[in-house]
Amino acid sequence: MREEILTIIEKNNKLSTKDLADMFGVDESIIINEIAKMEEEKVICGYHTLINWDKTEKESVTALIEVKVTPQRGRGFDQIAERIYNFPEVKSVYLMSGSFDLTVVIEGRTMKEVAMFVSEKLAPLEPVLSTATHFILKKYKDHGTVMEVVTKPERMAIVL
Amino acid sequence: MRNPLSDRILEIQPSGIRKFFDIVSEMPDAISLGVGEPDFDTPWHIREEAIYSLEKGITSYTSNAGLMELRSEIAKYTKRHLGLTYHPKDEVIVTVGGSEAIDIALRAMLNPGDEVLMPEPCYVSYLPCIKLANGVPVSIQLKEEHEFRLQKEQLLEAITDKTKILILSYPNNPTGAIMTKEDLEDIAKVVVEKDLFVISDEIYAALTYGREHTSIASLPGMKERTIIINGFSKAYAMTGWRLGYALGPKIIIEQMTKIHQFCIMAAPTTSQYAAVTALKNGDRDVEEMRKSYNERRNYLMAAMRRMKLQCFEPYGAFYIFPCIKEFGMTSEEFATKLLEKEKVAVVPGSAFGECGEGFIRISYAYSIDELKEALSRVERFIEKLRA
Repeated sequence: MREEILTIIEKNNKLSTKDLADMFGVDESIIINEIAKMEEEKVICGYHTLINWDKTEKESVTALIEVKVTPQRGRGFDQIAERIYNFPEVKSVYLMSGSFDLTVVIEGRTMKEVAMFVSEKLAPLEPVLSTATHFILKKYKDHGTVMEVVTKPERMAIVL
Repeated sequence: MRNPLSDRILEIQPSGIRKFFDIVSEMPDAISLGVGEPDFDTPWHIREEAIYSLEKGITSYTSNAGLMELRSEIAKYTKRHLGLTYHPKDEVIVTVGGSEAIDIALRAMLNPGDEVLMPEPCYVSYLPCIKLANGVPVSIQLKEEHEFRLQKEQLLEAITDKTKILILSYPNNPTGAIMTKEDLEDIAKVVVEKDLFVISDEIYAALTYGREHTSIASLPGMKERTIIINGFSKAYAMTGWRLGYALGPKIIIEQMTKIHQFCIMAAPTTSQYAAVTALKNGDRDVEEMRKSYNERRNYLMAAMRRMKLQCFEPYGAFYIFPCIKEFGMTSEEFATKLLEKEKVAVVPGSAFGECGEGFIRISYAYSIDELKEALSRVERFIEKLRA
C-alpha cells in the first residue's frame, strides 16, 4: 500500500488521512501509522507547494549549472556535493552521468545575483574544474504538472 | 403533405426523463455526477500516434472491416485477456464505437418478430436498436437482491418460441454489476439448450475491481453463439474517437460487415491508427486509470456507508447504483430535487428501465476533489430529507 499512498500524495497532499483511508477501504489509523513510519524512515522527506512564481510579484530567476569537478580521494563526489548543497541558494544538486558531473539548480532574485554566486562561491571551490550556467526562461512543466493549463470544453453534464 | 416519417420511428419513445435532462443542461453551475465517460484524457502516446499518422498524410479510407494491423492487435488482445482465438481476417470488425457494433449485430441476426431478451436496468440504446432491427424487445427485470446479476430462473421464464438473442452487458452500465464465471455458466447452459445467441456488450471489461472479468464466449459451446462487443472508449479514455469492435463467428461477422460497408464504409482512419498503439503499448495506462477508479469506488462506498444509503458493492464499470426508496420519491423526483436544492446532477435509475426505479446512478469518473464536494452536498440533502 506504501507505493499507492505515495503515488497519490505525491500529486495531491491536500487529501486528509480519512480521505485516503476511504480510497483504500481501510481504517484511518492504518494510513496515519504508515505515513508516520515513512516520515520517520525519510521515505517522505518533506512537503512542498508547487508555485508558479512567474504569476506573483516576486522577482526570481532559476539557473541550471553544469559543473565539472575532481572527485576526492576516498569520498568520491560526495564531499564536493555537500560543500555545494549547503549553500541556501542551491535548490537541487544531482550527480550525473555523461560529460559533466553535477547539475546544480540555483535560485536568486536577479541574474546578477546568480552570476555572482557562481563566480564568487561556486567556481572558486578547489575541486571545481569548470561551470556552465544556463538560465531557465520559462517553466512549461514542473514536478509532473503543466504550469499553464489550457482550458478545454467541459464534458456534457449527463452522458448515459 | 403526406407524413414524412416512418411509423416505426414514431413508435420509438424519446427518453422519458428528457425533462430532467433539460433542467440539467440549463444549469451550468451544477456539479454533475452524471457523466458516463472517463474524466481522463486519452494517454498522450496514443494521441501522438494519431497526430503522426495525420502528418504522414494517412487520411484515406481503410478496408471496410478496419485496418488489418488493428484487427490483428484486437485478436491478440482478446487472446491475452479472454484466452479466445479470433481470426483477424473474418472474425473481427472495427466499428464506430461499440454502439454501431450493437446495431449491426442486431440487424444482421434478427428476423421480424424475433424476440430479444434485454436484462434491465441497461444501457439505453438496446431497446431502440432492437426495434429498428424489426425485433421485439423483451425486458427481464433484474433485482437488487441478486446484485443485478441475471438469474437462470429469470432467463428461463422469459424465453418463448420466438426468442433468438440475449443481450448481456457486464460489467454493467448503470449498476456496476459483474457476472462471475459461475453465474455465466448457469446462463450459458440455458442459452445452448434453448439454441439462443448472445450479444455480449463488454465495453467495460477492462474496468473490474478485485474480480476478474469473464466473457460468456469463453464457456463451452458459447463461442459460436456469441458476438462480443468491445471498444476503446472506456478502457483507454477514447470516447470521442468513436472506435469499437465486434468479435464473433465468421457467418455473422460477414453479414455485419456488409451492413457496415454500406452504412459507414469504414471506421475513422486516424482513430484506427491511434487504437493500434493503444493495444500495443497502453496496458500500463489502463492499469493506472483502473487503480484510480478503484480508489474512487472505495471512497464512494465509504461515503454511502456513512450516509447509510443502501448500495450493493459493484465490482465493475465506473458507477454505483444506490437505492433511494426510503425517501418515498421516484428516482426522477429525487434527482430533480437534488439538482434544485444542492445543484448536484445524478441520473435517475428509471432512465435505464422500469426496474431502475428507486435507484440513482452515480458515476465516479470524477476526481476525488470533485466527488468530495458533490458528496457533501448529497449528504446535506438526504439529512434534510430524513429530518
